[in-house]
Amino acid sequence: MKTIADAAGVGRPRYSAAVRVSTLFVAIAVFCLAFADIAITTLDPWSEMQRMLLGVVTPDFFAVEAIGTAVVQTISFALVGVALAAFFGIILAQFFHIGPVRWACAIARSIHELFWALIFLQMFGLSPLTGVLAIAIPYAGICAKVYAETLDETPAAALNALPAGVSTISAFFFVRLPDAWAHIKNYTLYRFECGLRSSAVLGFVGLPTLGYYLQTAFSEGNYSEAAAQLIMFYVIIASLRLWMKPKLVGLYLLVAPFLLGGASQIRWDNVVRFVTEDIVPAPLRNADLLDPQAWSAFGDWLMMMLGDQALPGIVATVVLTQIALVATAFLTLAFFPLISTKFFGRFGRGVGHLFLVVMRSTPEFILVYIFLQLWGPSMLPAIVALALHNGAIIGHLLGRYSDEIRLRPDSASGFNLYAFEVVPRMYGQFLAYLFYRWEIIMRETAILGVLGIATLGFYIDSALADIRLDRVMLLLLVTALLNLGIDSLSRRIRAGLRLSTRIDSCRD
Amino acid sequence: MLLQLVNQDFGYDRGLVLRDISISIHAGDRIALVGESGAGKSTLLTAIQARLLEQAALVPQNPGLVGTLSVFHNIYMGRLNRHSTWYNLLNLAWPQRREIDAIRPLVERIGLGEKLFERAGELSGGQQQRVGVCRAIHQGGDLVLGDEPVSAVDSHQARTVLDVLHEHFETVVLAMHDVDLALSYATRIVGLQNGGIALDSPSAGLTAADLDFLYKRGDEDHR
Repeated sequence: MKTIADAAGVGRPRYSAAVRVSTLFVAIAVFCLAFADIAITTLDPWSEMQRMLLGVVTPDFFAVEAIGTAVVQTISFALVGVALAAFFGIILAQFFHIGPVRWACAIARSIHELFWALIFLQMFGLSPLTGVLAIAIPYAGICAKVYAETLDETPAAALNALPAGVSTISAFFFVRLPDAWAHIKNYTLYRFECGLRSSAVLGFVGLPTLGYYLQTAFSEGNYSEAAAQLIMFYVIIASLRLWMKPKLVGLYLLVAPFLLGGASQIRWDNVVRFVTEDIVPAPLRNADLLDPQAWSAFGDWLMMMLGDQALPGIVATVVLTQIALVATAFLTLAFFPLISTKFFGRFGRGVGHLFLVVMRSTPEFILVYIFLQLWGPSMLPAIVALALHNGAIIGHLLGRYSDEIRLRPDSASGFNLYAFEVVPRMYGQFLAYLFYRWEIIMRETAILGVLGIATLGFYIDSALADIRLDRVMLLLLVTALLNLGIDSLSRRIRAGLRLSTRIDSCRD
Repeated sequence: MLLQLVNQDFGYDRGLVLRDISISIHAGDRIALVGESGAGKSTLLTAIQARLLEQAALVPQNPGLVGTLSVFHNIYMGRLNRHSTWYNLLNLAWPQRREIDAIRPLVERIGLGEKLFERAGELSGGQQQRVGVCRAIHQGGDLVLGDEPVSAVDSHQARTVLDVLHEHFETVVLAMHDVDLALSYATRIVGLQNGGIALDSPSAGLTAADLDFLYKRGDEDHR
């Protein structure tokens, strides 16, 4: 029987914009997979994995000295870095309506902490200043944005109720700040948790934090010590709210700067040379800027850089990002039921929570490093590590969200409940979280080049090894622009799908 | 006999809503629960639901649709337990001809034919309520329990909805606030007042005026 509805084309199954966008992203990822190098290159990954697992079950907490130093340094760098970021963030938030301030913050946060560390290493060497600034600068950019958005939400009624002639500063301290305080405090605590992860990773470029000791333990095959280091790190993060008391913050901040470790002398002539010479493109260095030949040489240099390095770097970065994003999506959908009261009992959820806490507390960079030891350099370790870490973060948020869904008394159970009731209800939220993580995944993907995967970071690292800092700066600029591009694309897709636009807790 | 309650109390944590309730439900009964809002209709219905969940199709007052899924999918959900998970997933991604053909006539009958593949969240409250009714009908069985199933539907549509419900189910228990509708569809009226059953009688011979007393304000201490 053909109905009127059929003839008119309505009444046929249709797919929502959210489903079409998801399908498109999966298709892109499958396409990218064709170009991705996902080979396992180590000879015997399984026996190495056995040794690692043996290390995990026999953690060696007797390496007290190394563990203690790693813990203290990691916390100190995070404390000082995040405190500076919060201080400058709240100041910058006051000027966030000014275009250039907003752009500077966007660029500051589009460049990964490790890249900032690599830049400052050139200027200050292995001085504590390098580590502190590497955290403080990108974090200040993020804090400024979030604080500004929070402060903007002060109810207009409260401001209007003030008598005429109240100064902006009084209004700020009496109305806007108190109103936003709880949220700012929570967000800053969350930022500090992220700061601990960033601080740990800074060890991989030589600063005396967790990553340094971890790398040493791994290179010696001392997996028991590595396991103990990581377990200590989880304990610190899990107990954060117990020891990070408002009353103690002042004391911590007073002590932390003195614990940042061996201060090497900063050589200011290095800093000056970096800014005035090293980062100037080679063809223009010491050249007459009115000489057209210098500029044509610069043009050649630019084309060479963009064609031979930036372009392949961008392609690899995008390929890896798209695959990791979709892998994250699938793992998220697998992970969130683990902690949801709708699917598991108390014991099951306990195990689920432990797994997700470990996965989201371990910095992606460290996860990639571990998988690289197992499988050798290819995109596979990066995909698995990024998907596990980000899937655990979003899975945790969605799991909590799913608990709030109220079902009919006669709703389905098990997999039918999952597929027909829970996932469809949360799908918009799920996509919103994913699109927020998209830019973060890309930023992380770029830095993974440092570990030998051919993304933009790889070319930056090579240029650093050759001490060609002009190239480094150009490639960093390309990286930042790529990130800003993804950020704006993500924002456009979110707006197009009408996904909610304010989520702080999944934003790094 | 489907259910028999003898001198039972019901309520939520904060205290009793219904006291000393005795009622029996037989196959073929068409019962309307009437009474002021707050008289305990929903509480009684919930108590009946809890005892007959396995065999009853439910029409909750809030239809509990999944707004992001289509009308088709929300109705299909009534039979999730009858198909394999794989077949359910197949229909989720790609609605099957067979299932569409089974659901379409029902949706057309109830006046939502053109909305079959609209997202349920985009429908009006009354339309959503009708989708909830369709889901219960699609689920099938002999018994339907409904809490104000036509509260958001206009009076013309309400009659269609009630017609369809009564055609598809042998036993019908509906909480209703419209006394005229209750009298014209139910064969038995159960009136609730002040947390107790004040009336339980065949509807034949009853008029709206006979039910008026249920809507007089109860004792002050019960308010």
